[in-house]
Amino acid sequence: MGLFIAQLLTGLANAGALFMVASGLSLIFGVTRIVNFAHGSFYMLGAYIGYTLMQVLPGAVGFWGAILLAGIAVGVIGMLVEILVLRPIYRAPELFQLVATFGVILVVQDLALMVWGPDDLLGPRAPGLRGVVRIMGEPIPKYDIALLVITPFVALALWYLITKTRVGILVRAATQDREMVGALGVNQAWLFTGVFALGCALAGLGGALQLPKGGADLLMDFNILTAVFVVVVIGGMGSLPGAYLAAVIISVLNVFGVTYLPQSTLVLMFVVMVLVLMVRPYGLFGREEVAGEHGQVGEPERPIKPAGLQVRLLVAAGVAALAALPLFGSNFTQVLATDILIFCLFAASLHFLLGLGGMVSFGHAAYFGGGAYVAALLVTHADTPMELAFLLAPIGAGMAAIIIGWICLRLTGVYFAMLTLAFAQLLWSLVFQWGEVTGGDDGLLSIWPAPWLSGTTAYYYFALVLSVGGILFLRHVAHSPFGYALRAARDSERQAEATGIDTRRVRMFAFAFAGMMAGLAGGLFVFSKGSIFPNELEITRSFDALIVVFLGGVKTLSGGIVGGAFFKGVEDMLTRYEYWRLAMGLLIIFVVIVAPDGIVGTLRKLAERAGLLRRAEDET
Amino acid sequence: MSVVLETRGLTKAFGGLVAVNDVSFKLQKGELLALIGPNGAGKSTCFNMLMGQLKPTGGRVFLMGEDITGKSPRDIWRRGVGRTFQITATYASMTVIENVQMALLSHNRQVFRALPFAHRMHRARALELLGMVGMEAQAERHCAVLAYGDLKRLELAIALAHEPTLLLMDEPTAGMAPRERIALMQLTADIVRDQGVSVLFTEHDMDVVFAHAHRIMVLNRGELIADGSVDQIRNDPRVQEVYLGGGTVFKSEDEAADA
Repeated sequence: MGLFIAQLLTGLANAGALFMVASGLSLIFGVTRIVNFAHGSFYMLGAYIGYTLMQVLPGAVGFWGAILLAGIAVGVIGMLVEILVLRPIYRAPELFQLVATFGVILVVQDLALMVWGPDDLLGPRAPGLRGVVRIMGEPIPKYDIALLVITPFVALALWYLITKTRVGILVRAATQDREMVGALGVNQAWLFTGVFALGCALAGLGGALQLPKGGADLLMDFNILTAVFVVVVIGGMGSLPGAYLAAVIISVLNVFGVTYLPQSTLVLMFVVMVLVLMVRPYGLFGREEVAGEHGQVGEPERPIKPAGLQVRLLVAAGVAALAALPLFGSNFTQVLATDILIFCLFAASLHFLLGLGGMVSFGHAAYFGGGAYVAALLVTHADTPMELAFLLAPIGAGMAAIIIGWICLRLTGVYFAMLTLAFAQLLWSLVFQWGEVTGGDDGLLSIWPAPWLSGTTAYYYFALVLSVGGILFLRHVAHSPFGYALRAARDSERQAEATGIDTRRVRMFAFAFAGMMAGLAGGLFVFSKGSIFPNELEITRSFDALIVVFLGGVKTLSGGIVGGAFFKGVEDMLTRYEYWRLAMGLLIIFVVIVAPDGIVGTLRKLAERAGLLRRAEDET
Repeated sequence: MSVVLETRGLTKAFGGLVAVNDVSFKLQKGELLALIGPNGAGKSTCFNMLMGQLKPTGGRVFLMGEDITGKSPRDIWRRGVGRTFQITATYASMTVIENVQMALLSHNRQVFRALPFAHRMHRARALELLGMVGMEAQAERHCAVLAYGDLKRLELAIALAHEPTLLLMDEPTAGMAPRERIALMQLTADIVRDQGVSVLFTEHDMDVVFAHAHRIMVLNRGELIADGSVDQIRNDPRVQEVYLGGGTVFKSEDEAADA
């Protein structure tokens, strides 16, 4: 009994930081509609800044003052980020801003590395709260008790701010109808800035508060991000009580999980999330997301046409050039080109889902990594010949996509996105923790192609044919009746359903198809590398694909491929340098600001302005 | 004459609010029937039940004698019912003709084909349908840049794609200029005459209703309070009471000039 209560209390104490970060994310999303991927980075900054301040400021006052100051400092940083990075792109297509926040993640990662170094920092103990209290014989750190007291206080203060003050009224009004609030004369720009700063300050506060428990390290940002997404979704987007309750549930569950089911800790959180969403699709306290037809930001998409003769010739020339690469390129160039081709196919499969279907998947790596693991597991455990294993990779990924899609497609918008992310993480944690079968963190090795494909050049041609074939097939489907139906379901579900189109089934098929193509890319990947590790299933891999699609241009057919080639090419060039993330992050932010329609979309506009392309009628 | 659509005791309650209460009516083949009533009378609710977007709490709906109560919009559409929306719903990223082609593809059950080029399919028929609503010349335009009246006409072409026996039009002329309203309703009346389609429509504009409807039903607070010819409705005291303050609306233009 004593142990039970002790664990309950530890769980409740852990919930504090999680709640603060989650409520910040939720607030920001509610008002600005930005899914702030960088929220974990602000949390990490809070911890690091708090650490430094604690070194400088003495005593108990210094300790608590440092936490408070860290929160404020992170709030200010958040404000700067909002003004410099996000404000220029509010008019960009929906969700485009998350690309910028991804750039911020990279920048913060490298800045933290520069300033605080690569080693984990041990958080200082809170003065006067160093020991433990015994409750029913079980030791409980005093600091946990302090957190237990502080968290509800912060939650109450926040609740008061949101429900009782004028600022809170504005925030809630903006959550419901941004345009109306703007029409009533509220300066939206500053409201957005204020909310963003507040959300970041909360994240920073959370980071600093957990210092004595967890210290500070460079992996904090992604580690908390998934947990925060889960909390926000379980609690319901935009609900403070929901975020609090969900944070408590997840934290308590985690503590118990570590004790009783240590091998399942990572999985547990996502299982709970899936269960909650099956019963309450919009979270415990959430309301239905009113998305779609009226919430569209930015210009409508242009009609698409199958490629004309000119474009076909150009593509043929491009493919011919790629085919000639082994004649003049080095071995290294071929390996690099293989990487890029595979990544382009992966990106094109997500683009199909996102661009044509309007389905924002945050967890597309599940099918890429899934396909790769299907092939690798077959080779490792069943001695399957490479050809068969390769064939089964897309099929396995497609089947995973059918199951996951069947559950996720009950939801739309950001809930759909979060749920796909949860499933990807679920798959990742399965692979990570089920070491006997998957090799866990050590991965699976010696997954080599069949002898006839074993040379670099042979495999390059293999990858070239399948990647280009896959990409062309994806594009072709876009122009088929099925592709039309997919766009119809995205443009107006009402009209589509009223003219006999089963939109759910259309989306389901598209999801499975995109999953299969990602699985094909995964199969190509695993045999090109000869090994596979869990990080191919990770959240960062999903984000890579997402960023690439947005960077290339969601609303253009070739956005995925162009973005993919650009991103992978630049990444391969930059990773040789020490602070490549900083450069990459800044580059992404730069592209986002100068090309809010994505690379292809913006080039098209420039070409139209220069008179090289015929301007779309009536559109300026 | 044969009955195309019939409702018996159609009822919809949202919690304690009874939006549509015990509505029964019949729609004959080739009829242009108007459903009118003040704001909040339950017209749209009624419509959404007929088209399957809402499930009735009570009563039944029959299409050509067949019970279609509670069927999905897709099912009802397949049985030959077309509809247009109060707020237009079209595929903004497509061209005008592609919008119509999409409906034709669905009608021919070709939605899940992934190999042929869709833009070559059913072009002639799509152009024919666009011709019917006078949109042929704009076939290749981007749907997102159309004028509102043209969107309404496009919606009509989409609704006619599967040669419906019944057309449900929710406020077909809402948001249009007076001249456009008359043109659109004239177009609808022509289609009723030429194709033998039956039409049920709701409308706010009394000029439109009195000029084109064959028969009028009046809904007030969820209940059907009158059902009759244009003249009967015009002179019905209960209807006039409902439209209090809008007296001139119910007189013909000559009478209004005399007053």
